[in-house]
Amino acid sequence: MSHPLAVKTENLGRIYKIRNNRKEKQRELVALENVNLEIREGELFGLLGPNGAGKTTLIKILTTLLAPTSGKAWVAGLDVTRQPAEVRKRINMVSGGETSGYGLLTVRENLWMFAQFYGIPSAEANRRIKKLAEIVGIADRLNTKSSDLSTGLRQKMNIIRGFLTDPEVLFLDEPTLGLDVGASRDVRSFIRRWMDENPHRTLLLTTHYMVEADELCDRVAIINQGRVLACDTPAHLKQNLRHEVFFQVWVVAPHLLEDFAFLQINGVKHFHQSPEEDSLRLDITLEEEAVLSEVINELTAQSARILRLEKREPTLEDVFVQLVGQRMEEVENVAVPAD
Amino acid sequence: MKGAAMQKSVNLRSFLTASWLGWQIESNWTDPFLFATYSIIKPVAGAAILVLMYSIVTQGNFGSPVFAYLYLGNAFYQYVPAVLTGVSWTIIDDREHYRTLKYIYTAPVNIPFYLFGRAVAKFIVGTFGVVITIAAGVLFLNVPLDWSRVNWPLFLIALVSGIVMLAVSGLILAGITLRTARHSYYIGDVVAGGLFLFTGAIFPLEVLPAWLRPVGYFLPITYWLELIRRSLVGTVAEAFPTFTALSNGHLLLILIGSSLIFGIASIFIFRFCDHQARERGLIDQTTNY
Repeated sequence: MSHPLAVKTENLGRIYKIRNNRKEKQRELVALENVNLEIREGELFGLLGPNGAGKTTLIKILTTLLAPTSGKAWVAGLDVTRQPAEVRKRINMVSGGETSGYGLLTVRENLWMFAQFYGIPSAEANRRIKKLAEIVGIADRLNTKSSDLSTGLRQKMNIIRGFLTDPEVLFLDEPTLGLDVGASRDVRSFIRRWMDENPHRTLLLTTHYMVEADELCDRVAIINQGRVLACDTPAHLKQNLRHEVFFQVWVVAPHLLEDFAFLQINGVKHFHQSPEEDSLRLDITLEEEAVLSEVINELTAQSARILRLEKREPTLEDVFVQLVGQRMEEVENVAVPAD
Repeated sequence: MKGAAMQKSVNLRSFLTASWLGWQIESNWTDPFLFATYSIIKPVAGAAILVLMYSIVTQGNFGSPVFAYLYLGNAFYQYVPAVLTGVSWTIIDDREHYRTLKYIYTAPVNIPFYLFGRAVAKFIVGTFGVVITIAAGVLFLNVPLDWSRVNWPLFLIALVSGIVMLAVSGLILAGITLRTARHSYYIGDVVAGGLFLFTGAIFPLEVLPAWLRPVGYFLPITYWLELIRRSLVGTVAEAFPTFTALSNGHLLLILIGSSLIFGIASIFIFRFCDHQARERGLIDQTTNY
């Protein structure tokens, strides 16, 4: 059976029933609501959203770990609820930010064992392990017990585990979570390389790092509170913001600024301040550049001294702000976890 | 046909790889000397407690058939917690400790065969215990075991049937474990401990109050232990009244029949629990570590 779509979901929904103790009344948490996605074979597709948006829930359903409460989903043309065994032969998954693995086994043994589950002959498995370990930079640790690895190296081991079986569809759930900048960069370049070398493979990546989604993904779906708000290429998503102007301003101020005063200015679409080491960083979205003078006047009125001012290109973060009305970190601070 | 062959290959792969993994985990936690010492001391200490109690109660009457009954029953009962825990503990171990259960579940693995495979190491360690316990009994306590009079075919058939029966019973516990959290930690040990009294392991069922005896008659472990004893020390075992009316063949039929019933039930129960775990999102839940 041919399957032009690697992943398809139709009105997919998931509701968790939560009760903390027996006396408490059960409540419902909507983790996914009417999710309709179509991911083409060969695509590197990103699911971008804050923690608790429902990204992991979607991955769990697609990888047959969790049953949906409504709707349907297909992976490689196979129904995930009716044909889970067939789906599993064609997929693999890696979750970031965790230290899974059998600590008593070496890196090579851990990886070899998983290869056996997929029916990969021993010699071929060892060849792949060696090659992938060299690419991600842990070739010298193959004989180290995985319990002796740092979190970052363990994460790299798990990333190899995902790619080792050469799956038709690979699910990476926050693959760079918890990694340092260098390791994250290595992982991202490896993912891109794998996709370039395997044009018929499909990769679904969830992340809450805008740069990661922007840098890696062919298309991105922005998800919040269980709903897909937009789905397009990063360039197209950002193009919708071409009429707006984005500034980053670093100021020194005696206290936090009064957001409300800036948002009152006609033409200010978004204003957000983040304290940094010796200054405040302001992210400001304006309807037109001319409004900037009024913003500067207000800064002066609030005794803020400008250190630096930059006009910048729109990012996926700006797309998210446009769709949700808040920055991702603001949403995360108040979100009920659904992931 | 092709599909059936592929499924067989998945089952075998799941079992063999899991057996390898189980042995690595079971044997690699310490150096071989300490591992061997632990494997010897644990069963011998367990048997010694029982022998001491028996000695006090009977004033050292080790020549009585009761002693052989009790000693062999206790020795082979070591398989019960070993296999039950071996199968069910894997769920907790992989889910909570190693955090790999979700990766096992998303791989093309036959989960029951994987669980059986993981129990193989516990079975092997349990076998060390059984052999050492019996050797100690024969060498130091005059357990009347005459190797030339052992009914080996019966012993082997009974042993294999019993281990399979224990493994499928472990699958029921694995299913329950899948649906629960930390309180199911030693479910295998708890169940094995509970059944110890009802399966004629250390005393005939006649010792139990009449209203409790049906529990023992219902459990395949009771017939398995009886067959093991009959195959090893036939005359001694047949001296006890519980199953005098039943021949070895009858007992074997009952054991195989009840194992089949338990096996079918365990598949349904495990599938039900597995389905529920997916519905509730429990496959990768972590509550400890």
